Amino acid sequence: MAGHIFYFLIFPGLLFAGVGGGLLSWFDRKITARVQFRVGPPLLQPFYDFVKLMAKETIIPSNAAKTVFLLAPILAVAGACLSSVFILLPGFGISSGFRGDLVVVFYLLMVPSLAYIIGALASGNPIANLGASREMKLIIGYELSLLLVLAAIILKAGNTISLNEIIAVQQQQGAFIGSISGMLLFIVSMMCVQAKLAFVPFDIADAETEIAGGIFLEFSGFTLAMVKLAKYIMLLVLPSFVVVILLGGFRFEGIHILWSVLKLLGVVLLITLVRNTNPRLTIGQSMRFFFIWMNLFAIIAIVLAYFGY
Amino acid sequence: MKQKTIIPVGPYHPLQEEPELFKLFCDGEIVTDIEWETGYNHRGIEKINESKTFEQVFFVVERICGICSTSHPFAFANAMEEIAQVKVPDRAKYIRTIIAELERIHSHLLWVGLAGHFIGYNTVFMWAWKYREPILDLFEIITGNRNSYAMFKIGGVRRDIDEKDYSKILKILDGVKPKAEMLMKAVIDDPVIHMRTKGIGILTKQDILDYCAVGPTARASGVDVDIRRDDPYAAYPLVNWKVIVTQEGDVFAKAVVRFLEIFESISIIEQCVEKLRKDPPGQIDVKVKNIPEGNGAGRAEAPRGEVFHYVITDGSNSPVRHKIRAPSYVNVATFKKSCVGQTISDATLALAAVDPCYCCTERMAHVYDSRTRQRVLDGRGLIQLSQQRTQTLKKNLFGKNT
Repeated sequence: MAGHIFYFLIFPGLLFAGVGGGLLSWFDRKITARVQFRVGPPLLQPFYDFVKLMAKETIIPSNAAKTVFLLAPILAVAGACLSSVFILLPGFGISSGFRGDLVVVFYLLMVPSLAYIIGALASGNPIANLGASREMKLIIGYELSLLLVLAAIILKAGNTISLNEIIAVQQQQGAFIGSISGMLLFIVSMMCVQAKLAFVPFDIADAETEIAGGIFLEFSGFTLAMVKLAKYIMLLVLPSFVVVILLGGFRFEGIHILWSVLKLLGVVLLITLVRNTNPRLTIGQSMRFFFIWMNLFAIIAIVLAYFGY
Repeated sequence: MKQKTIIPVGPYHPLQEEPELFKLFCDGEIVTDIEWETGYNHRGIEKINESKTFEQVFFVVERICGICSTSHPFAFANAMEEIAQVKVPDRAKYIRTIIAELERIHSHLLWVGLAGHFIGYNTVFMWAWKYREPILDLFEIITGNRNSYAMFKIGGVRRDIDEKDYSKILKILDGVKPKAEMLMKAVIDDPVIHMRTKGIGILTKQDILDYCAVGPTARASGVDVDIRRDDPYAAYPLVNWKVIVTQEGDVFAKAVVRFLEIFESISIIEQCVEKLRKDPPGQIDVKVKNIPEGNGAGRAEAPRGEVFHYVITDGSNSPVRHKIRAPSYVNVATFKKSCVGQTISDATLALAAVDPCYCCTERMAHVYDSRTRQRVLDGRGLIQLSQQRTQTLKKNLFGKNT
């Protein structure tokens, strides 16, 4: 029991993922700034943001469902922490003895988005409601693609739904991205990650210049700090997930430590570059993008994986 | 009636930095109707001008808008010179044209950046504004200010361009040209930008004529209007250039028009500098002793369209009536056509596409008593007030003759 609480709160849960995600958030912001000829924030800026928000007043809209509105961001953080435990434990080679974690992770990764939707709907703000409806549509769009990706991974790993075994298979036979189907899966999963992180071109639910922050509009002070924390954690968790299922996971011996960190940074760099070289899509366009193109790619990848390519 | 959601864009909204309110009546994501309100920033410039001398008015109208801060003095100078029957020296004409065209370049680059920001493409935003920076430096070299250049006066300009600055101007423009070309290619060849901007917020030729829209908004819909050519002023008849017109009328077409106009402006400035270089340094203004009684209209093509100034004078040293019409005032009304039926994402883009400038457009609609919350004056009352005032003015001015 104590071990589980340690996993959840310290490593690789809340504390580790929060700090690691904050640093990755700095990396993302710094790269963005350099691409745009700006100087960029200092290393600890994400943490300054968090601490400052914690000290600010939390405003609760008068027509909000108070309890739900306040609890939703905490739910988001809890979901993000749990998914970080389930992804990073196998990622670091610690066996939890649980063999169905791929399925659990699939559901847990959805929790922060659902929590934002609940919070936005509870705030009673029409713009936040609009953002929530957009987020729902976006989830409907990308979840199927992600599910197809996971199906292909299961097929490639020899019908196992344990992340530990998926990593073990990759470390014996080489990372899945080395095959044609693996590359297709990488493209699809990166797009799903982009959408899950709500980065351009899929920042439709909180489009600042359209609906002024959308689902995050009414969050302030403590609740906004929680949303930020959940986002930091997800910025660590989702790229790690891609590394685990497609890039051979992490290894912590000798030169492999550097290699593991580079893999993670590489994925984050790719996400950052995509977000800086694209305009925002509309919700209709992004749903079409996932339903037609990403699903098509994923299905082709499944077929290729079935025939062993 | 089915209940509809109102999505407010403004009075304070990240889309546009100025205070204005658009009420988007939405059915789901689709905008079914739009209402707009400005007047949050009304400063009563026309009234202020009645208490200023003509020299001071230039500085006031320059501050109507920070971005097109030469168009208003330009139009006012045109109006005053019509009243005083002044012939401006050629050298002053060229300098005026250079300033106005530099302003067009910086304003269009600014719009490109903002448009990028509006569709979430912040890299374009930062890059466009970086490439706009040399233009502002150039302004500082020529006029001493990055913005609000204080160059205009009745009968000429206040500062001459130094002979050794000619090469600097050409050098900076040479530097801007490839960068603007690169930016144009990056924007115009990007398939994702096509997805977001083509076929969005279409204004047909008829819509433009119905709403009397002006400037790049009209030219992007195939309406060939440009005050620089239609009502020639300053050095525009003396140099070679062409009016850019496209036919589609969507957001993409407006972007194309603005990009191509940047290159036209660069060419106009280069020709003006060449002419200045050929002519020996000479007069940059004529002395205007007094302004006779009369009235005059001045027009100028601002980056956003036609600026119109109408001035009535009575022989004293300040205007009796000064009427200003900024281009956004007519362009903003086209939102009724361009936004209705679009999704919210596209409607906000269509709002931005006419490059609206609200501080030019500010009109006061209601006056409330702050304590009792009673309406003291509304739009109709204000119009009546203004009509009474115009009648009194007319009586005082022309009553003796009629």
